[in-house]
Amino acid sequence: MKYKLGTLAVAAMMAAAPAMADLVFPSLSYRTGPYAAGGIPFADGYADYFTMLNARDGGIGGVMTSVPECETGYNTEKGVECYESLKGGGGLVYQPLSTGITYQLIPKTTADDIPMHTMGYGRTSAKNGDVFSHTFNYPANYWDGASGAINYLLKENGGDLKGKKIALVYHNSAYGKEPIRTLQELSEKHGFEFKEVPVDHPGQEQKSQWLQIRRDKPDYVIMYGWGVMNQVAVQEAANIRFPMENFIGIWWSGSENDVLAAGDAADGYKALTFHGVGDDFPVFDDIQKYVVDAGKAAGAGDQIGTVLYNRGLYAAMLAAEAVKTAQEIHGVAEINAAQMRDGMEALSITEEKMAALGLPNFGPAFDVSCSNHGGDGLVGVTQWDASTKTWSLISDFSATDVDVVGPLIAEDSAAYAAENKIEPQC
Amino acid sequence: MNEQLAFTIEVFANGLMAGVLYALVALGFVLIYKASGIFNYAQGVMALFAAMTLVGIQNGQVPFAHLINAIFGTDVHHFGWHVHSFLAIALTVVVMIALAWMVQKFVFKHLVGQEPIILFMATIGLAYFLEGVADLMWGSELKALNVCATETACLPQGMNVWLEGTTYEALGYGFFIDNLDIVASIVAAILVVGLVMFAQYTKQGRAMRAVADDHQAALSVGVSLNFIWVLVWSLAGFVALVAGIMWGAKSGVQFSLSLIALKALPVLMLGGFTSIPGAIVGGLIIGVGEKLFEFLIGAPYLGGATENWFAYMLALLFLVFRPQGLFGEKIIERV
Repeated sequence: MKYKLGTLAVAAMMAAAPAMADLVFPSLSYRTGPYAAGGIPFADGYADYFTMLNARDGGIGGVMTSVPECETGYNTEKGVECYESLKGGGGLVYQPLSTGITYQLIPKTTADDIPMHTMGYGRTSAKNGDVFSHTFNYPANYWDGASGAINYLLKENGGDLKGKKIALVYHNSAYGKEPIRTLQELSEKHGFEFKEVPVDHPGQEQKSQWLQIRRDKPDYVIMYGWGVMNQVAVQEAANIRFPMENFIGIWWSGSENDVLAAGDAADGYKALTFHGVGDDFPVFDDIQKYVVDAGKAAGAGDQIGTVLYNRGLYAAMLAAEAVKTAQEIHGVAEINAAQMRDGMEALSITEEKMAALGLPNFGPAFDVSCSNHGGDGLVGVTQWDASTKTWSLISDFSATDVDVVGPLIAEDSAAYAAENKIEPQC
Repeated sequence: MNEQLAFTIEVFANGLMAGVLYALVALGFVLIYKASGIFNYAQGVMALFAAMTLVGIQNGQVPFAHLINAIFGTDVHHFGWHVHSFLAIALTVVVMIALAWMVQKFVFKHLVGQEPIILFMATIGLAYFLEGVADLMWGSELKALNVCATETACLPQGMNVWLEGTTYEALGYGFFIDNLDIVASIVAAILVVGLVMFAQYTKQGRAMRAVADDHQAALSVGVSLNFIWVLVWSLAGFVALVAGIMWGAKSGVQFSLSLIALKALPVLMLGGFTSIPGAIVGGLIIGVGEKLFEFLIGAPYLGGATENWFAYMLALLFLVFRPQGLFGEKIIERV
């Protein structure tokens, strides 16, 4: 009996573990728990892109890919456990999908020589590759988001925000507090009045905050929210008749989930982005043909073209392009995690490359280097149309304020380097 | 009217409204605790499950569709019909009664006479099990919830324009009250009156009270403990449905809806675990207290976001001076 059980266990482990020859992209997903509505489409998009590469191209450089998933429930402890349990499987790059998990994994991934990609979240100063050798946060980070929002408002106001009131409604956590310093600096630089309005987790009840906004009458509201906080904020803003076109969320407050519950009242709400929206890109034809129609979709196939599905797909595309770069650099198809890191550090995303991948103008063109792990920080703005239930990109991917963001990144990363006795790597 | 005074009154009124919503959640806890001595950790998940079931039925969603498709290789997701809100509510009530029966039959019937901590642990298990079932049954995606009598008469959202206009004309400041909060208050009032009348004037209600007072004495006069517990869990399921509708209409139905239970705990600590009026009064005190504190002290002096911890601090203060809560029964143990 024991022998049978042992045989079964070994067989199960062999079935679950990826073949060693695969290019492995572990997915730390959260398909359950309070944030599942946001985690599912991202995980689906991430997995479907690699499935498409396998079916259409025979993998990357002739090597098949695999995407083992581990459920984190958006919980930091579980996320770290997932990393530890998947580490032995030869994962090339980890996408923790949580700022909390990212902070825990920065020292671990560095010690294990495995790169980590925290696209639009995580530790902002990880942009400084001189200090954070194994963490990448291209193409944009939280502080780019704050600066991108202000740059957009500057354009809307003829380059002048003097005398304007801007409120930040934020999730009262390390994530939500990220843009405060940047916005304070930008407030001094551009002469607008800046007001902080924190919302406690989970944000199901925000009456006080929106009554405060009703009293203070800010000209614009920027939001750094997540999960249910977003839906309630959009509804409460509509309740007090705050003009939706003056309400801008960060990219984690700008998916269909965040506006659908409010119905028509959410019409005109804006959100920042670092990638394209909708499914009007040639790559989606291939996703449909090789993944959905073939019955290989990670989910029900009904999330294609949604904001968070696109973000997952975009993350997968950037990972795949980094693999190609690494394969070129090292002259081998079956790369390891250390070589993947080199590929990520030499990644160059151009318009031509994106067009060839079936994603023309889907995201900003950018280059990664040893000292710059965050790309150029270009940010766009999208707007919600409640009648058609679609997001539209209403601006170009524009540059953020390097003069303000740059010194903040240098200061924060220098403090981290001093604290952890890190020698510059570039 | 003095602007600061107007703001304070507005915050007070909105605190009352928020308190009603907290009380709606707390009521479910009280019903079960009063009748069975069980602190039902799963009450928040029951609200989630009820709201998901309601939306699923309304939208004609096939329950367990992913499971069915995975096993049988089919591709079914919707029946293709839309069920009227009232019928969907009635069907959801039936589901919640079935759930109550199953909870009693498969869990608590086997735990009669166990320590309260064991029963509490069982409800923790039930909460996670129910969350998993809800996920399998209806999926994890966010769902918009709209309860409508007719195509145009749905649960109202947004500011009450009449009140704003009237107060502006009379006092020079237009007060903000959310229409949904007004409806929630009316529904909560009807619910409480209904529950009290049921407990006072029906045979089953009196049996329920008898079990709550002394279940062994109730058993000795022929009251069926099983039936009463199923009844109580059904009532708690109905209250969970009402709470799920009101909270779900604000934020959409999603898994974080189960976290509304966190808002009920300070209400229970303050109002007492065994009193229906206590849940209402406790809810109002917590709602007003946390909103006024945030407005007068939290936001201006402490950086804001004080509501969560202040509610618990307020409840803790009451606990120190009155451990059984405002309306709870005083515990007298003879040695």
